[in-house]
Amino acid sequence: MMEHIRTPKVENVRLIDRTAPRKAMVGTLYLSATHTIFVENNPETRRETWVLHSMVASVERPPTTPSGSHLVVHTKNFQVVQLLIPQERDAMDVQASLARLSRPEKYSELYCLSINPNANKEEREESWSFLDLQADYRRMGVPNNLWVSTPANSEYRVCDTYPSELFVPKSATPPVIVGSSKFRSRGRLPVLTYFHQDTLAAICRCSQPLSGFSARSQEDEQMLEAIMKSNPGSDYIYVVDTRPKLNAMANRAAGKGYENEDHYANIKLQFIGIENIHVMRNSQQKIIDVGELKTPSMGDFLWGLESSGWLKHIKAVLDAGVFIAKAVAEEGISVVVHCSDGWDRTAQACSVASVLLEPYYRTMKGLMLLIERDWVSFGHKFSHRYNHLEGDPKEVSPVIDQFLECVWQLSEQFPCAFEFNERFLVQLHRHVYSCQYGNFLGNSQKERRDMGLRERTHSLWPQLWKDRAQYANPLYRADHTQTQGMLRPNTTPYCFKMWKGMYNRVEKSSPPRQTPTDLLTAVREETQQLEEELTNHQEVAPGGTAQPGTKQEDCSPDKSGSN
Amino acid sequence: MEFAELIKTPRVDGVVLRRPFLPTVEGTLCLTGHHLILSSRQDNTEELWLLHANIDAIEKRFVGSLGTIIVKCKDLRVIQLDIPGMEECLNIASSIEVLSTLDSVSLMYPLFYRPMFQVIEDGWKSFLPEDAFKDLESMTEEWRLSDVNKDYSVCSSYPPLVAVPKDVDDDTLRKAAAFRHGGRFPVLSYYHKKNGMVMMRSGQPLTGTNGRRCKEDEKLINATLRAGKRGYIIDTRTVSVAQQAKARGGGFESEANYPQWRRIHKAIERSSILQESLIKLVEACNDQSHSMDRWLSKLEASNWQTHVKEILTTACLAAQCIDREGASVLVHGTEGTDSTLQVTSLAQIILDPACRTIQGFQALVEREWLQAGHPFQQRCSQSAYSNSKPRCEAPVFLLFLDCVWQILRQFPCSFQFSQHFLVLLFEHTYASQFGTFMGNSASERSKLNLSQKTVSLWSWVNRPQEVERLSNPLYEANCLVIWPSVAPQSLLLWEGVFLRWKRSSRCLDEAYDEMVHIIQYNKELQNKVNNLRRQLAQLETEEPLLQTP
Repeated sequence: MMEHIRTPKVENVRLIDRTAPRKAMVGTLYLSATHTIFVENNPETRRETWVLHSMVASVERPPTTPSGSHLVVHTKNFQVVQLLIPQERDAMDVQASLARLSRPEKYSELYCLSINPNANKEEREESWSFLDLQADYRRMGVPNNLWVSTPANSEYRVCDTYPSELFVPKSATPPVIVGSSKFRSRGRLPVLTYFHQDTLAAICRCSQPLSGFSARSQEDEQMLEAIMKSNPGSDYIYVVDTRPKLNAMANRAAGKGYENEDHYANIKLQFIGIENIHVMRNSQQKIIDVGELKTPSMGDFLWGLESSGWLKHIKAVLDAGVFIAKAVAEEGISVVVHCSDGWDRTAQACSVASVLLEPYYRTMKGLMLLIERDWVSFGHKFSHRYNHLEGDPKEVSPVIDQFLECVWQLSEQFPCAFEFNERFLVQLHRHVYSCQYGNFLGNSQKERRDMGLRERTHSLWPQLWKDRAQYANPLYRADHTQTQGMLRPNTTPYCFKMWKGMYNRVEKSSPPRQTPTDLLTAVREETQQLEEELTNHQEVAPGGTAQPGTKQEDCSPDKSGSN
Repeated sequence: MEFAELIKTPRVDGVVLRRPFLPTVEGTLCLTGHHLILSSRQDNTEELWLLHANIDAIEKRFVGSLGTIIVKCKDLRVIQLDIPGMEECLNIASSIEVLSTLDSVSLMYPLFYRPMFQVIEDGWKSFLPEDAFKDLESMTEEWRLSDVNKDYSVCSSYPPLVAVPKDVDDDTLRKAAAFRHGGRFPVLSYYHKKNGMVMMRSGQPLTGTNGRRCKEDEKLINATLRAGKRGYIIDTRTVSVAQQAKARGGGFESEANYPQWRRIHKAIERSSILQESLIKLVEACNDQSHSMDRWLSKLEASNWQTHVKEILTTACLAAQCIDREGASVLVHGTEGTDSTLQVTSLAQIILDPACRTIQGFQALVEREWLQAGHPFQQRCSQSAYSNSKPRCEAPVFLLFLDCVWQILRQFPCSFQFSQHFLVLLFEHTYASQFGTFMGNSASERSKLNLSQKTVSLWSWVNRPQEVERLSNPLYEANCLVIWPSVAPQSLLLWEGVFLRWKRSSRCLDEAYDEMVHIIQYNKELQNKVNNLRRQLAQLETEEPLLQTP
């Protein structure tokens, strides 16, 4: 990458504070192979600002002013860094370098692949065994006498965007599996993603059927029938098409579409109306713009929020999850979810439903597993959607951003339900884009295997786990009522807020903004130290003298009283 | 007039009550002079006691002989009563309508209420101006307490005692009063201990179209300036509104006559616009069928959040002039009883940590709203549902509370009280068993002899169990000036008031309890560890003695 750096160092650069433009730090700008680094001149503070090249979304250069050239760097996690460079030529060089550095053309240029894979070989190998997807299926009770593992997709024979190991109804024969796969867009046949042990209902996912106006497939019909039969006691299933009905109908002209209720016995078709990736991309750009407004009036802001449509889309995704979760937990009915290809809206709807249904997915490890399952293993196209390589801009869309935001909106409604805090979600979001770890590279399991990512990169998960103290929600308690059972969120429009922690992070405050999370975390840390001190005193104190401390039980965290 | 005359049907059996978040109850409905009571007679906890004064509007509906009354309360709650029998229903409805709109002050509930709790400290005596002035005297000698208004003759909306510059005599005050709207001559609102700067408030100057001036007024406010220093006049109205006021005899301070002052105009809206805004906001919040687009556009159209932003912005400006520019400030709008008080009280919350305690906040409400002559009775006689034509109603104080909530939310550790306290004040300004918010001024309250005839809200609030309920577990006293963000993204809809009856707060309450628990447990441990440390230290000092032969 070094050959793309035209100017490795520029002096007397100003880093402008966008909230207080008159306050700027003067320092030196460095371009390294991986980062843009600004180091403040002030010898006392020497503050450093690092921006990873892969996080750079765009670099603008407004017209040169007498004091120099401005560079405005927008990052993929919605931060803005504004620099003032004295010489126009330097500014142009930096801009050109960054333009190239931030848009790698091949995977090997990415950060995680530019480090020597054998430097920490053991650690690297260990990092990939941190999560075990099969263990999570076993935790759900799968396989069992209703759902079994099929070798049909070994070597990705029936579907190259699916994981090699799939769970299907026990009664689905190999011809049914293959036949169903042939009748589904890109071979993405209906398979299990979540099994609800209490009701025996399941969430299955797939892509749209190739039904056109009249085509049908006996095997596909048998597949859905088999899914219904895998839920003893139920006599129908829901087929949730997460697209707006109009879009689904339009697909019929292209030989695709949705299930004909006359052909499939015992299905109830439900359209949800989540918009497509292009609508979402435009909508997010608008909400980013709202977050960057300099001094908006209340009217500007609310109008911007409304016309971005962003919260409307977040609500649609959450509503889809709520529909599925209720069907599974309250009605005990299995659900087959699809959209067009079954890797964007389907991933959103299924994973939101899992978060609502299963307390485990509201823990740090649980959410990691859920992303690993519903997103990574089932072929969500990370590299296309998050623009890891210079590619088709029409493929880019904030699909997982919306999932993470749904989780955030839920955590606002259920402050005790999640083991992690907002920072965890923000960090996950960052790493989806950063390419510092190999987890999200490529567009499918097969691609990642072919690239040999496990041999060449590290996994993100153990790193997040190591830092879990800073991602912990102090209000979370495994035995709290909010951590039991299903979440039933209110999805009335007024329950949704703009996610300031994501789209409006620049703001500074005096004195620094106090957050209850930080304060409570500090209190809990101190409590822990006090507990240790108490135990120590009791051990050290000789029996007989005075009464050093009361019995331990008196101060144990028995919380029955406060519930 | 006897209440009995107004109550044609005092009692109906078999009435079904539906209210937010609680199970439907069937029971007996009773009307008394001041309350609507519904009791199931099985379980006391299911009783409803609703003050007629809390009823903002009612609607009647009939299906056959079953009548339904929808009762819309000033605290924004909506409840439904299904009453068997058309005549009973009509009678109940007409009684409620009359009883909830009685104009006569002498029939108001606080005059009939007898406290069921022991008054430890009489709230009527908790915040006397003399006591507040003692604090001021300990900081500066430049001010005196004047009793020029002792019989309310100089200014009917001012208290008998006001703080004014020491060098200005009562005669000057009288003349300045004649030059100010409602006789509201500039008085001290706040003294900033850190740099000795002050904030004053008044009514608009009566310059009129021909630019009348008043030497005494000029002398009065110039007396608050340090030598060579300039001050700021914050006019809460836009320039054009202030210009128009001239035609009606009002106006603003011209540069020519007040050369030592810089005038800044802001744009805080006035009463009827605010009331309209409240009605629209509550309407938007109550319709749950809205799509996201419609909700956001209705929220925007209500303009409520715009008012919050404007008021906070102006308060920040006043605070900035004082704390950062080191200048004194005079705040006024037209009357000086509404937007002026929003600004002066919020600026104090920003500047003065004392105002962020439970007692201090009461003192602030007492000083800057009650004593300062905010016409509570006029402003709060109708709320968001009333169908009758608004007269002087306006949610001026509610907007102030909303702004305080915004600051509290941004600085959750800097306030001794939680939002419960703000919600409680909102409720009691509209309907209350206490006399605190009755009347429109100190003079009215004194004529009604309320301090003798009614119980003060502060008597209730300052009992230990209530103080505990209103306390903020996250509070850590600090002496900082806190600068709230007024960016629209930072200002949220106050759910605790506007969605209170629409959206269950169970999960948020649970989180709050959890927070309290974490902090209490920590304090318990701290005590235990401190005890142990002390005992250990004691043992260590005793030990050598024991060892001495």
